[in-house]
This record gives sequence, C-alpha cells and structure tokens, in this order.
Amino acid sequence: MKAAVVVFPGSNCDRDLATAFRKAGCDVTMVWHKDTDLPKGTDIVGLPGGFSFGDYLRCGAIAANSPICRAVKAHGEKGGYVLGICNGFQVLTETGLLPGALLRNAGLKYICRTVGLTVATSDSVYTRGYNAGDRIQVPIAHHDGNYTVGADELAALKEEDRIAFTYDSNPNGSDGDIAGILSANRRVLGMMPHPERAAEADQGGTDGARLFAHLAEVMAQA
Amino acid sequence: MKAHVHVMLKDGVLDPQGEAVRHALGGLGFDGVQGVRQGKVIELDLADGTSEDTVRDMCEKLLANTVIESYRIEMA
Repeated sequence: MKAAVVVFPGSNCDRDLATAFRKAGCDVTMVWHKDTDLPKGTDIVGLPGGFSFGDYLRCGAIAANSPICRAVKAHGEKGGYVLGICNGFQVLTETGLLPGALLRNAGLKYICRTVGLTVATSDSVYTRGYNAGDRIQVPIAHHDGNYTVGADELAALKEEDRIAFTYDSNPNGSDGDIAGILSANRRVLGMMPHPERAAEADQGGTDGARLFAHLAEVMAQA
Repeated sequence: MKAHVHVMLKDGVLDPQGEAVRHALGGLGFDGVQGVRQGKVIELDLADGTSEDTVRDMCEKLLANTVIESYRIEMA
C-alpha cells in the first residue's frame, strides 16, 4: 500500500504518522505542500497534525487552499482514501471533504492528555480492527477540536453510521461527543485524537496501532 | 482602494471566546452585558476597480468559512 503524507509549514506529526504507516507495512512518500500532484499510485493520503501556517486565519484554512490540497481533494472526490488527524481533520473540513467545522475548545484551553474513546462503528477500513463499542485510550493535543455541525447534518452522520469515534468524557464541547467522522463513502476519516501517538508500546499505549494495521491489511488485499 | 471584510460566527454557533469576554466584563463591574460575540475585520488593499463580486469570491473561497461564519463587505 502506498501512503503519501503531506507536510505543511508548521506540521509537527508528519514523521510520527509516516512511522505508523511504515510500521503497518506501507510505502510512505512525504509530499510538500507546494507539490501539485500526489505520487503515482497513492492509495491513501495522510494529513498530519500540527499547526499548518501557524493556524492563521482559521485552523487548516490556508493549508486547505495549498496546491497539494487541490490534488488531495481530487483524490478524495474520486474515491481515494484520506486520513486526517488533528490539524489534518481541520484541513479536511476546510476543504469540504468532511462536513462541519472545528472551533475553539469550549473551555478555551489547549488540552494535551490521553482520553478515552469509544469506537462508534467498525464499518470502515480504519475501524475494521475494532468492534463497535470498544473503549480505547488515545492522546489528544488541540486547542480547536470543538466539532460543530448543523443539526440536520449531525442527524445524517448518526443515521448513516458515519461517526467513527466518540469521546467518553467530552473534553472540548464537540457536538454529539464526536471525536472522528467518516465521509459518505466511508473512505475519508477525520479525527482529533492521535492514533499515531498510540501505535507502539514505547509511546505508552498501542490502541491506535490497529487502525494502521487493518488499513494496510485491507488495502493489500484490494 | 480598500475593502473591509467583517467576519462573525453565525448566530447559533457558540462563541466561547465572546462568552469569556462577557464574563470578564462582568468581573470588572460592567453589569448588563447580555452577550458578546467576537469576530474579525480583514482589511484588503486592492487594485483600483476591484469589484465587490471579486471580494465576495475571496470571502467564499478563503476569508470566511461559511459553514460557521457569516461575512459583510464594506467597499471603501
């Protein structure tokens, strides 16, 4: 499986994400924000955490309009896989590949700690390694993770089983305790928690490793 | 020529920063502040003849996230 990890000025989880992909058996290419094309044969694009463009204007807004993101958007729109974590989730909502927006945490504080999540659906390549209802521990580190979406869209996310993860104890005010959502075709996942920071024992937890392992396994079969 | 773009969170979208400012004003003894909404003003220095439609396009594509924000353009 070929993964492309996009690097924006201010990305700081790009190498962690690349390491997690590699550990799962992927070939990883790092792609610069000024590139206009993804490497040929890219199966999945990883949009990493960090503070792209200093979070200027709005988190993810400038990254979402960078040259590479036009290619990422096209990749997503033609059914390619895209995984956006933290700032990557913010970029995905700004590109319109995922609905809603991520606002300032309700408590106004930057939160950096491990939180409990519930896997809300196992029906995606990302969550296939879990059972719906599994409780996992994954770190969060964000100031703007307050997922906000219109009532109709929230109802649709629930109805279509597109909520991937929920917080066990809502840390940031997100609608519906949402920590991660899927696109309508279930191939784009955006999530605020960092599975790549819980991918090996040395990191203090391995609950995120299954996401990458099963992703690579499913794609290897494809 | 200049244009000013005022960007505000839409009504109904919780503004925790505005709410914190409201609390702080209350703490300073300013009673009766019933609500605070915080937004931003973007000042654009434009080539003469730039149309309001062009500025609206800028708002739609980048300056505002219309999922959560509304904007108002003032051409000066």
